[in-house]
Amino acid sequence: MSTADKPEIDAITGSKIHPHEWDGIRELETPPPRWWVLTFAACVIFSLAWWVLYPAWPSFSGYTPGVLGYSTRAELAQTMAAVTAAQAPMNDRLAKLDYAAAAADADVMNFATAGGRALFAENCAQCHGSGAQGNVGFPNLLDDDWVWGGDYATLQATIEHGIRAANDVDTRQSLMPAFGKDGMLTREQVADVTQYVLALSGQTADAAAAGRGEAVFAEQCVSCHGEKGAGNRELGGPKLADGIWLYGGDAKAIEAQVWNPRAGVMPAWAGRLDALAIKKLVLYVHSLGGGE
Amino acid sequence: MASLQPAAAEPQEDSPLWFARPPVVPKKVKGPFRRIKWAVMTVLLAIYWGVPWLRFDRGPFAPDQAVLIDLPGRKAYFLWFEIWPQEIYIITGLLIVAAIGLFFVTAMLGRVWCGFACPQTVWTDLFMMVERWVEGDRAQRLRLAKAPWTVSKIAQRLAKHSLWIAIGLATGGAWILYFNDAPTVMPQLFLGTAGAGVYITIGLLTFSTYLLAGWARESVCTFMCPYARFQSAMFDRDTLVVSYRDWRGEKRGKHKAGDGWEGRGHCIDCRQCVEVCPTGIDIRGGLQMSCISCGLCVDACDGIMDKVGLPHGLIGYDTERNMALGAAGKPRQWHFIRLRTLGYFVVFAAAGAAVLWALLARSPLEASVLPDRNPLFVRLSDGDLRNGYTLKLLNKTNQPQHIIISLDGLAQGQLTVLGHEGEAAPSLELAPDTVAALRLFVRLDTDQWAGEPIDYHFNIHDAARDLTVTTPARFEGPRQ
Ligand code: SF4
Ligand code: SF4
Repeated sequence: MSTADKPEIDAITGSKIHPHEWDGIRELETPPPRWWVLTFAACVIFSLAWWVLYPAWPSFSGYTPGVLGYSTRAELAQTMAAVTAAQAPMNDRLAKLDYAAAAADADVMNFATAGGRALFAENCAQCHGSGAQGNVGFPNLLDDDWVWGGDYATLQATIEHGIRAANDVDTRQSLMPAFGKDGMLTREQVADVTQYVLALSGQTADAAAAGRGEAVFAEQCVSCHGEKGAGNRELGGPKLADGIWLYGGDAKAIEAQVWNPRAGVMPAWAGRLDALAIKKLVLYVHSLGGGE
Repeated sequence: MASLQPAAAEPQEDSPLWFARPPVVPKKVKGPFRRIKWAVMTVLLAIYWGVPWLRFDRGPFAPDQAVLIDLPGRKAYFLWFEIWPQEIYIITGLLIVAAIGLFFVTAMLGRVWCGFACPQTVWTDLFMMVERWVEGDRAQRLRLAKAPWTVSKIAQRLAKHSLWIAIGLATGGAWILYFNDAPTVMPQLFLGTAGAGVYITIGLLTFSTYLLAGWARESVCTFMCPYARFQSAMFDRDTLVVSYRDWRGEKRGKHKAGDGWEGRGHCIDCRQCVEVCPTGIDIRGGLQMSCISCGLCVDACDGIMDKVGLPHGLIGYDTERNMALGAAGKPRQWHFIRLRTLGYFVVFAAAGAAVLWALLARSPLEASVLPDRNPLFVRLSDGDLRNGYTLKLLNKTNQPQHIIISLDGLAQGQLTVLGHEGEAAPSLELAPDTVAALRLFVRLDTDQWAGEPIDYHFNIHDAARDLTVTTPARFEGPRQ
């Protein structure tokens, strides 16, 4: 340890030598470089200014808001308003056009289907699938088979009022009777009509049973499902003479549907989505390949 | 070879890790290398400040600036060439070609890029010229630095820094002309209506120009430049470098007019070579990392040799091999074609050819197909299968293109383009310089499906150019 009153000076650097010493190691008291000290001071001043200008200190009931009045929420609201404003001209154009005219205008169509895709992912994909491919009980929107019709007007009506939606008087209603459960048909009759429906859709069926089933079908089913199972869109009776099934197309599934039918529900979207949003959805769904 | 010499003062014996670097105050010099440097500087600065003003007619749909990097439009224009973001590899290729070209030149001629063409050197030279013009040559500047702060000193310093900042502004200002239409943005700059990005860019570049060319100078070449660190990897015994022929110069010493030259070397220790050196080194200590091969010491020393009546070339461009041969009194030998230079040249030529090929073979029409994956296929009510695709078409020309889409290799497939239903061979118009995304549906009779995916192609035919772009696609259905 140095005991001198005057600090020792290191010959090379000109710095003071600190008076303590550990294991022969001694320290220099080299001051930090001037630029470093200045930078540090500048940082301190900067942070003080920051505290004053921007929200900084939390308190029990809130925080210091800063004199600039900046907040990320306000900024988000601004950004959203800017986006809405930016979309306004296209929205106006879309609102003025009818469906056919909108579909013919490539710019409008691009805008509408992009919006429709986002709305679909938000509202429809939960039931109809993210690719609109549907699932058992939830119609596939890509194919060319529509229970209620696939033109613009019908799509719009379906989306607006839903299917069997409890809270909409104009909703699409159709209910298949529980032929087996309610004792309208015997178990044999149900089995026979199942074989007939299999035959209608071009699947292998027991010819004798199908022959018997044809009479049952003519009596009970034609009114909704049409001659030869051609379907009836007015009443929402699905087409049976094709390869597309809502609840499955094998004997077991068909029989179950005749015995005790299931009937899905789609909400009415009119009150939840505005007319323009529904228009975008209609254009998007129509563009998926099945639109009529 | 790459030893870091202190500027003027030798490091103290007992402090090998630390020494102060005195400022470098280069002296004015005349000579062939100085003339070459002026010429190169003039040409390079003229290119830098002039190029954005060149016009090039590309037709009504594209900008008419010969060299333009259009960031908002995501395109770069170089005369005949137009580069799209997905062709950024061409730029990468050009950078590779430039790097290898630099290696080649370095292997041949040493650090000549640094001494003559590097922007750091060019702008530093320009700044030094201004400095010399305002404050005088080396002796006056040294005196001024020591002088007390008088009005005239303050005026000189103010003038110098203002001129430097003005050059910095011109430098940053010209930079943004490469990213904007020059005649449009120039008045906006002065009216204050150009974008904030423009002003920020100019500010940053003004500041960095002022800092790097005004203050940092040789420190950039010696301490900051990565190229300085690895250029010696390209050197060998036959690389031309600025060399002091010590076998002729030593033993050095003062020389009075009329004295003889017997028993001593030709270097009269006048230190002119040190005083003119922009990096402040003494080339008589041998090749050093800080030497940027500018040749100014050659000019200075040749001038001195003229004065004392000795031949030029006490300092000159020479190779390590020739230095050894010279020392031994043997004739010089040149080996320009060496494994190293040949190798660099071959790679340089190959990379250059590849970039050129990529530019020339670039198709004006590009197509890519994205198949729908969710679901892979759709079964239609009559049992037919249908696949959906998104076809992206890039019209890279600045003219509209008329195209016809057809299937190739899926004879029974029926193609529909959304918005063009009912057309047997859908024909569309692509707007100039755009990417169009089309929805395609291909329908296949179920009899044609054998349970295996079918690979086929979309043909996109541009009749006007007689150009067909083919892009692969695959038809999916239920697997068996
Ligand atoms: S300029 Fe030439 S003579 Fe003068 S010190 Fe340098 S090498 Fe020696
Ligand atoms: S030593 Fe000579 S060539 Fe090297 S940087 Fe200095 S003046 Fe230029």
